[in-house]
Amino acid sequence: MIETELSRSVQRWCRGATGVTGAAKLSGGASQETWRFDITHPDGPIGAILRRSPKGYGAAPTRAAGLAAEAQLMQLAFEAGVPSPRVMHVLTPDDDLGTGFIMQRVEGETIARKILRDDEFAAARPLLARQIGGVLAGLHQLPQDKLPELRSRSATQEISEFDRDYRSLNWPKPVFELALRWLRDHDPGPSTEVTLVHGDFRNGNLIIGADGVRAVLDWELAHLGDPMEDLGWVCVNSWRFGEIDKPVGGFGSREELFAGYEAAGRKVDAARVKFWEVMGTLRWGIMCGGMMQRFREGPDHSMERAMIGRRASETEIDLLRLLAPRGG
Amino acid sequence: MQDEPTPIELTKAVADFLRSDITPLISGHQAFKLRVAINILDLVTRQLTQEEGSDAREVERLRALLGVEGSVTELNRALAERIARGEVDLATPGLAEHLWATTMDKLAVDQPNYASYKRELSRGG
Repeated sequence: MIETELSRSVQRWCRGATGVTGAAKLSGGASQETWRFDITHPDGPIGAILRRSPKGYGAAPTRAAGLAAEAQLMQLAFEAGVPSPRVMHVLTPDDDLGTGFIMQRVEGETIARKILRDDEFAAARPLLARQIGGVLAGLHQLPQDKLPELRSRSATQEISEFDRDYRSLNWPKPVFELALRWLRDHDPGPSTEVTLVHGDFRNGNLIIGADGVRAVLDWELAHLGDPMEDLGWVCVNSWRFGEIDKPVGGFGSREELFAGYEAAGRKVDAARVKFWEVMGTLRWGIMCGGMMQRFREGPDHSMERAMIGRRASETEIDLLRLLAPRGG
Repeated sequence: MQDEPTPIELTKAVADFLRSDITPLISGHQAFKLRVAINILDLVTRQLTQEEGSDAREVERLRALLGVEGSVTELNRALAERIARGEVDLATPGLAEHLWATTMDKLAVDQPNYASYKRELSRGG
């Protein structure tokens, strides 16, 4: 039982803690798991989350920053006032829990459809697009000298990488070819400013409460690059969950997003944001193809994975709506 | 020639059984997986119903666009290559119409409830 190791661990670094209860796995693939649990404490239980690679799964996938970097980024964000859970402990070999970290559990909702439909969030919804602009501005201003080592990616490098990923699928798709041509023709070149980029900032990776954004999660694709990438990705239609006239996560308009970003002292380049939105739409489409491949070749032969392959066509219609819109 | 019922009829019968008889008995994660399974069978039924017609129309458009003969797979590969080489683009007469028609036919099978598809359908398909 994981509770035995967790109990031993928390007693070492959490003053007054006597053990843990209620450990439950929230999600997990072969290489990375998320658990929730409560730390037993004389002042009352403390909600906590464990993110870890189990023992024997040290290596991160090539695009991922790694759990150590993720912990460092979340802590930096927390200290800078960007909504983020406080990191309580980075795992050491003594913990016997693999590699990863333990953070404070932030209460709220991450399921995008609930956030977009439930009454509980009705008051927060109209504020979110602008609020997200402010959060992204804060994130892009995190002190660069304190960042962990991260991969650096320009638009040009990303285009070549997606081109390679797409061709490796051997899955001829005229709409994806058209998007790749468009991206090459509209490559904005190196960004004048390179900042931390979250890399997966979208509806679904945010904890939302009745008061708005409470935490930014899933920092594993963080890298250095064009800050406009995050603004484009949050607008990709796949993350609007049906609310297609509200580009920012189904919450609101680009204008609100940009106003929130600029109110926090940063500049928006709308043409670059559009470029990254097209790039992001293609990126998710190619990822759907990757899921299909993993389903076909194993080890994940699940129905869910198979069906994600059939969602690539969603990105094709969205690419056409961006690149070849029909009148009226 | 194979006997009947047809694959469409058989697949529908299984989906209806799962939907009506099994769904009420199952909860939690298994209920989620069951919904995915039913969605898959519904998709297969849509594809079996629509594929022949949509592939024939797609081949027709591709032959006109490319001026060559081939299967739907071969012609798609050829179009992909021509776009990649820059020989065909959105300024090419018929390309945008072809991509739109093909994509709409795919969504009709894959995700007929996708909001972008429903919006475009309301423009007249």
